[in-house]
Amino acid sequence: MKNWNWLNKFGPLLALLLVYLFFAAFNSKMTTLPAMEAMILQTVIVAISAIGMTLVIISGGIDLSAGSIIAFGSVVVALCIVTFNLPPVVAAFCGVFAGMLCGFLNGFLITRIKLVPFIVTLGSLLLVRGLAKGFAGSMPVNAGETWLSELLATLPAGQKWQLIPPGAWLMIFLAVLVAGLLRYTKIGRHIFAIGSNEQTARLCGVAVERAKLIVYSVAGAFSGLAGLMLMSYQEQGDPTGAVGLELDVIAAVVIGGGSLSGGEGSIFGSLIGAMIMTVIRTGCQLNGWAPWVTQIVTGIVIVMAVTVDRLRHRNNHQ
Amino acid sequence: MVAVKRQDENPPPRLEMRGIHKRFGATIALDEVTFSILQGEVHALVGENGAGKSTLMKILSGAHTADAGEMKLDGRPYLPQSPLDGRLQGVAMIYQELSLAPHLTVEENIMLGVEPVLHGFILHKEMRETAMRAIEKFDHPELKPQVRVRELTVGAQQLVEIGRSLAIGCRVLVFDEPTSSLSQKDIQRLFEIIRSLKKQGISIIYISHFLEEVQEIADRVTVLRDSTVVGSKRTAEISTDEIVHMMVGREVADLYPRSKRKAGETVLEIKNLSGVKKPANANLALHRGEVLGICGLVGAGRTELLRIIFGLDEVKGGEIKIGIYTGAGSPLQRWQNGTGMLSENRKEEGLALNMSVADNVTLSRLQNFGPAGIVLPKKQEEATQDWIDRLDIRCRNAAQPVGDLSGGNQQKVAFARLLQHDVDVFLLDEPTRGIDVAAKAKLYAVIDELASGSGNFSSSPRAVLVVSSYLPELLGICDRIAVMARGNLSEAKPVAEVD
Repeated sequence: MKNWNWLNKFGPLLALLLVYLFFAAFNSKMTTLPAMEAMILQTVIVAISAIGMTLVIISGGIDLSAGSIIAFGSVVVALCIVTFNLPPVVAAFCGVFAGMLCGFLNGFLITRIKLVPFIVTLGSLLLVRGLAKGFAGSMPVNAGETWLSELLATLPAGQKWQLIPPGAWLMIFLAVLVAGLLRYTKIGRHIFAIGSNEQTARLCGVAVERAKLIVYSVAGAFSGLAGLMLMSYQEQGDPTGAVGLELDVIAAVVIGGGSLSGGEGSIFGSLIGAMIMTVIRTGCQLNGWAPWVTQIVTGIVIVMAVTVDRLRHRNNHQ
Repeated sequence: MVAVKRQDENPPPRLEMRGIHKRFGATIALDEVTFSILQGEVHALVGENGAGKSTLMKILSGAHTADAGEMKLDGRPYLPQSPLDGRLQGVAMIYQELSLAPHLTVEENIMLGVEPVLHGFILHKEMRETAMRAIEKFDHPELKPQVRVRELTVGAQQLVEIGRSLAIGCRVLVFDEPTSSLSQKDIQRLFEIIRSLKKQGISIIYISHFLEEVQEIADRVTVLRDSTVVGSKRTAEISTDEIVHMMVGREVADLYPRSKRKAGETVLEIKNLSGVKKPANANLALHRGEVLGICGLVGAGRTELLRIIFGLDEVKGGEIKIGIYTGAGSPLQRWQNGTGMLSENRKEEGLALNMSVADNVTLSRLQNFGPAGIVLPKKQEEATQDWIDRLDIRCRNAAQPVGDLSGGNQQKVAFARLLQHDVDVFLLDEPTRGIDVAAKAKLYAVIDELASGSGNFSSSPRAVLVVSSYLPELLGICDRIAVMARGNLSEAKPVAEVD
């Protein structure tokens, strides 16, 4: 048991290190600062969305609409700047808020109409994607150069002391905040309890519906924020962007120790999960391997992560 | 299917289980258990919850494999690989929860998986004849081959299940609490069928909590206690009281301590309370300083009553008054009113198994574990450690997942939640289901201290409402007992007047 506990905590980190060293051994470019910065840039979008997804998965649910919400968020931010001439900071908040509304809709349908999260979010995956395309007229919305573009851009030469771009700092700050809320507050413990055993939570007087509504709304807000990052990265609102990205997000959470049966998962694990996938992708690219190799390797890593998860469960519940 | 003919006078037992051992992790579930049954015998298997009955039957059926020991069926080694394999070899379980496909007809259910086929096509005529042969002996008015099973009463469904086992030639039938959801008439019908099966040479293992039924129907009774066989007797030679004594294994008075209790003011009162299906028009008053028991069969509406009081199920009509608070409420409000509930189903509802002992104990009230509403795991664990010591919960520490613990210790954790919350009114649903005698004794002692307001656990008398299927337990711990039958709650009588 003791060995397993140790693996639970540091397993994902160990895996990240192994994957990184594997590719670094093949290609010394992996260890250069520009490559590292690029990898962090590419991780931020998935990682921010994964913070919210971690909450959903811990509570025993799933959010398939994350990718669509990211695209929708990016469109809303771009439209706010271009069409409504709003200041960038207001536009940014509008994007996050739009994501939150989508999440609230998910939560509302799941808790009030008592539909299964998988079905509800499968529906909103299409619905929100449609909204994004409709709002944007099925075309990318060019937002032009604002300070938002710097959130997720390579640092200019004079600002290297910041180490990583502001968007990545924001990701780290939010991860610490949410991890703290999960571990040290009532609502955090309630989310774990709901995922672990919803009936027990109900028996203990936990307001299950309210907690789930909060979880899905927060997850939507994080995907909206990831949409802002997408906008910043591409300098445009992209209604056809981030297609299928929810699967990367879910994979990040699962690789990081989240259990799809609920009750388990960690914010830092999910961030590391997102990093692992970026390292694989970058590593394969730098070696000049074809995209299909990347996909095969990523697929294997996900299945391995779930296998470890399963073994862990078998050990816990005799 | 034809058994080997033997010439000798004493045929071997139909079924023999010898030296059966089984462990689950650290828990020994069966220790050197030996059990046998003759052809055409009804052999009752009794014991308290957690004594090992169901594990033994799971090994017999093939759902579990024994760690050691051997089994013989009609003198030949019997090693079922799965419940299906067990059935095909001749041993079938008739479970409490019937395993029928409700949308299929009687004949389809009976022949499910053993349909007579020719080149992949079902031979309907043959199928119907075999099914008819299996059920015609039951002579039950509802049983017709073409009726869908969901339209049958529970009693008739049970017969379909029995017919299904007979159709594939089972020689040993295991009845697990077969009468718990049957009407009196259906019970008598079932007994007649059991007697006729016996005449045909079918061997029947009969598991029940109702010792009167055991006396009526069984030829022999084997008592299990604490994972091992304490004795095997002919029912003609043993009284019900003696069976109870063998089951409990100690003087009943030792198991149920009774301090001086004094009934005080009414803390919980329900008037004409009705649920969606059950109960109907229930009336009850629970006083501070007393333990009030509700007995009755599983499915009579006892659990529903507690759930409605606690706000887990909907109130259809009537009134609930807890302390000075009147009306229906959510579980959250009930906890705030000083009422706590222990679920009958520890694994599915009572506990979040992969969370820690500390999380489970403190979940209903995550307050005062840190400054400004912050919940510090260390403080949760400190508070929990106190209950671990006082209730003698065996665990590594308060951070251990509760799923690792044995049944008795899990139940203590679930109970500790009510103590940690410091509730006034305890709603306990089957508090000792599936736990060992030592853990039971501990819970009985705690309940007594709570009601009397003496000792370690309480400085003032509390009120306890307890539901149990096991009458001796209620007689031991309660001051008054009410009976729930088909949703109707009788008036509570002092324990001395209950026979």
